[in-house]
Amino acid sequence: MLCLAALIRGARALPWVTNMWLAHRLVLLMALLGSLLCSSGVALADTLQKIANSGRITLGYRESSVPFSYLAGPRQPIGFGVDIYTHLIPALKQATGRSDLEVNWQALTSQNRIPLIANGTVDLECGSTSNTAARAKTVAFAINYFYTGPKLLVKQASGVKDFDDLAGKTVAVTTGTTTIKLLRKMNLERSMNMQLLPGKDHADSFLLVDAGRAVAFAMDDILLYGQILNAKQPAQWQVVGIPPQVEPYACMLRKDDPVFKRVVDSAIADLMRSGEFERIYAKWFLSPIPPRGRSLNLPMSEALRDNLRKHSDQPAS
Amino acid sequence: MSLDWSIFCRSTTGNVQLAGCLGQNGELSYLQWLLSAWGWTATVALLGFIIALVIGIVVGTFRTLQARSWLSGIAAGWVELFRDVPLLVQVFLWYHVAPFFLPSLKSLPSWLLVSIALGLFTSARIAEQVRAGIQSLPRGQRDAARALGLREVQVYRRVILPMALRIMMPALTSEAMSIVKNSSVAFVVAVAELTQFAMQAQEETARGIEIYLAVTFLYALTAFAVNRVLAFVESRVQVPGVGALARQGA
Repeated sequence: MLCLAALIRGARALPWVTNMWLAHRLVLLMALLGSLLCSSGVALADTLQKIANSGRITLGYRESSVPFSYLAGPRQPIGFGVDIYTHLIPALKQATGRSDLEVNWQALTSQNRIPLIANGTVDLECGSTSNTAARAKTVAFAINYFYTGPKLLVKQASGVKDFDDLAGKTVAVTTGTTTIKLLRKMNLERSMNMQLLPGKDHADSFLLVDAGRAVAFAMDDILLYGQILNAKQPAQWQVVGIPPQVEPYACMLRKDDPVFKRVVDSAIADLMRSGEFERIYAKWFLSPIPPRGRSLNLPMSEALRDNLRKHSDQPAS
Repeated sequence: MSLDWSIFCRSTTGNVQLAGCLGQNGELSYLQWLLSAWGWTATVALLGFIIALVIGIVVGTFRTLQARSWLSGIAAGWVELFRDVPLLVQVFLWYHVAPFFLPSLKSLPSWLLVSIALGLFTSARIAEQVRAGIQSLPRGQRDAARALGLREVQVYRRVILPMALRIMMPALTSEAMSIVKNSSVAFVVAVAELTQFAMQAQEETARGIEIYLAVTFLYALTAFAVNRVLAFVESRVQVPGVGALARQGA
């Protein structure tokens, strides 16, 4: 494990790596390289012990997953998930007996979040990660804290109302997400002949539609609302379509680590019981948020309201 | 840790293994997707290399013109312009900035734009190699050609370029291999090439190691194939007694 951490630190310390995108890919590459070179079959599933020993926890954040996790300034992550972290830290301090617990922040992308959690670079990620059965083979998920389904972000003038209107059209979708597979399936099953344009991140996919290279951006609805929030002309955009499926979001942690998962789960359950969770929800989904001071105006879904009582950590069925 | 290569025979739309590793009626296996991504990488690299070769030879030749004309000035500017800006930035410029000034560029597909960006970037490097090749020739060749009464164009076409282009073959081979690898920047402008495949497929299959190993192998294979082809060309066009191969005693 030390060997891996050293590799990754090495990659990030290279003076010529000034480009963020390149830096991310290097970290990912090093992580993969590391798991090849350094893997010795050690089960690293005792995150609590690791945190207690080092006095440090590494939390993942996203750069543009509004309002879950995004940057308010250089290296200053904020969002719904970051507020969840804030409430988790005291529980972790108590569980590890380290009142001096330090937090390391590590930027994650759709593409590298799972490898970096799995190989121990990052201990916990509360962002916009779908809790799916496929991912459960590699990582574990805490209690579901949001529910979303794929919809379409289109310009008002496009006339697109639902997925069926996209037959034969070009559709932008972000690389590293489950939505691409969903659209491929739709293409096959309904012979829709959509051209899929793979954006490198959400902002890029949005740009593809804004520039007229694609008619719609297909993605989890909440992320689409987040894009409108940051758009130059929000009135020009709308989110349409009936989601073919609903997916829960949850904090992601390492697999086979029941002790750590219990601490995280019980802290989130406490938030849900005490009503604090709803306050955090209102802060990020129903009130004006940085950087533009606009509100998403997204009332809590039935599925989420349900889960405030059920505390389910199960993937979408 | 064990590797599971069977994921390449899995369907990209359902959770089933495909018989014979190939899908029917529009269903694709990860192997088929990988090969299609490889095709995009090869297309972008090949097109980029053709653009780079043509422009590189012209620009490199202009830089060595004896009469210090405006042409050599433009050529020098060209080389600096495309050599001093990072490739990734150039790709973004072509994709996001250029269409803002020239709206007709918007209708070009992204693989074409990225081929142009790659081609122009590499053309500056090839131009420098052409210049080096030309300047490595003894002055006497140029003077002798002039003394025979050849015009400047004829001097280049009949005497200088045929020699210089042969001399620069090793450097050109290296450049052609670079363009294969550099084509991975196409990922950032939504071309479904090998790097994009790697990013997406490792997410869908959760078998990142196998996916990256396969993609690495294909990049290496492609670059090596380019190497072999150009080495063959080099051996066929060499002038006995001249050039890198002669010096090695080959």
